[in-house]
Amino acid sequence: MKPAAFTYHRGRDVDGVTRLLRELGEDAKVLAGGQSLVPMMNFRLARPQHLVDIAGLRELVGIHNDPDGALRIGALTTHHAVETAPSTRVGRNHAVVREAMRWVGHLPIRTRGTVGGSLAHADATAEWCLLAILLDAQLTVRGPDGERAVPAADFFHGYFTTALDSDELLTEIVFPRPAPHSALTEFAERHGDFATVSAAVSLDLAEDGDTVRGARIVLGGVDALPVRCPEAEAVLSRDRPGTGGVLDECAEAAAEHIDPPSDDNGSAHYRRLLTRTLVRRACEEAMTR
Amino acid sequence: MTASTPPHSTAQYENSQLVSLQVNGETYEVVTEARRTLADVLRQDLGLTGTHLACEHGICGACTVLLDGAPARACLMFAAQAEGSAVRTVESLADGEELSDLQQAFSDHHGLQCGFCTSGFLMLAEGFLAERPEPSRAEIRETVASNLCRCTGYQTIVDAIEDCATKRRAAFQAQLDGESP
Ligand SMILES: Cc1cc2nc3c(=O)[nH]c(=O)nc-3n(C[C@H](O)[C@H](O)[C@H](O)COP(=O)(O)OP(=O)(O)OC[C@H]3O[C@@H](n4cnc5c(N)ncnc54)[C@H](O)[C@@H]3O)c2cc1C
Ligand code: FES
Ligand code: FES
Repeated sequence: MKPAAFTYHRGRDVDGVTRLLRELGEDAKVLAGGQSLVPMMNFRLARPQHLVDIAGLRELVGIHNDPDGALRIGALTTHHAVETAPSTRVGRNHAVVREAMRWVGHLPIRTRGTVGGSLAHADATAEWCLLAILLDAQLTVRGPDGERAVPAADFFHGYFTTALDSDELLTEIVFPRPAPHSALTEFAERHGDFATVSAAVSLDLAEDGDTVRGARIVLGGVDALPVRCPEAEAVLSRDRPGTGGVLDECAEAAAEHIDPPSDDNGSAHYRRLLTRTLVRRACEEAMTR
Repeated sequence: MTASTPPHSTAQYENSQLVSLQVNGETYEVVTEARRTLADVLRQDLGLTGTHLACEHGICGACTVLLDGAPARACLMFAAQAEGSAVRTVESLADGEELSDLQQAFSDHHGLQCGFCTSGFLMLAEGFLAERPEPSRAEIRETVASNLCRCTGYQTIVDAIEDCATKRRAAFQAQLDGESP
């Protein structure tokens, strides 16, 4: 189908865009890579009267390493730019971020789709949303009245809803700490499509490489938001995951923790089975990092 | 002439804009409604109907074109978003009646049957090979998963892309060998 009529505005800088958004009110939408918004407009699930194209805001493009070990990625950076970033940019400490990109849509989607668009769209299976929760990211948000930092845990409110106001732009995502022992894996019927279930694991390993000081497990595709599994995390911190049966127990705890939906992509039962397999796989990958 | 009714209804007039596009090396100026996608403008305004359109929501890849060398879905962008970028469509591949090496490989390997999906696969492969001239077969398979083909079963498409990559590398090597003293 074809989208409904709208007026197109081309943004020049962040301040100008946020002021324009305030002026235009609820009828306006930001257009970044368009890989989520344009399909919705083509289906007429979205009919904004104004589109503010922010693709020209080059200040929002880029990947930066801070001396304190934080990784900062500008909101307009494409998935593909992160996927192909040299290891001097996205190093071993954040390898999971780069490696997760091959799961985000297909090449022609990744060349256009942006980090900020994915987070603002807030699909519960989107890899960026999982990564944000997994690695305790801070999201930098700017509006006409100034800037604020929102912890990922407070950013996602539910299906496609976030802490962003209609006159605010997401400008940057900050991963504050190194997370070398982390992995993300998923299952989709066709590689590149949105995952039926995705699982991400991050481990804080002691020097012996086997004792877990802390663990975080996040699932996508099982609820309106990316879901943490505290019971499964506790299993890993209690027993050394290398020892027999611990990973099975952890995977089982994750599968029991969730109350997944049944839909065209899979029944609740099927999602539980996937969860068990994927959590185990992600743990194994994270440990061997 | 006295000013009377504008050429379009007010609503349409408000939403129309002048868009300057660079396509296959030529510059085009088009007056179009903001809501028209790059795919629609390529096909209807510029007459470049090699770019196909099917699902219009990013799933099938029939509309794939190159934007500054990178494959992109022409159904998922408005024409105005392509301003300032070099667009390449399937029409840029052949030289007159002579097929490009990639097109020839598709023909040799029967990488098409009905041909509806072919322009999308060609542009996908052209952009992919430019970035990854030495892809593994697994990488080619993962990449072509982005586009839908209802006829071939994909094996022949993968064969064609792999063969084209091999031949390009051989030609490049021959060129290097010829240059060395
Ligand atoms: C076939 C297909 C498969 C896909 N598969 C996946 C997948 O497996 N995993 C995945 O994660 N995604 C997938 N996607 C979606 C893709 O990742 C999108 O790129 C992403 O969700 C949106 O980014 P965008 O830049 O295109 O945003 P847009 O579509 O331009 O915008 C999306 C929303 O975010 C808002 N927005 C955008 N940028 C900002 C900003 N800086 N500040 C505030 N609001 C903003 C817009 O107003 C809009 O509401 C897929 C898309 C397609 C078409
Ligand atoms: S028509 Fe563009 S992806 Fe199907
Ligand atoms: S050749 Fe018919 S759809 Fe691909």
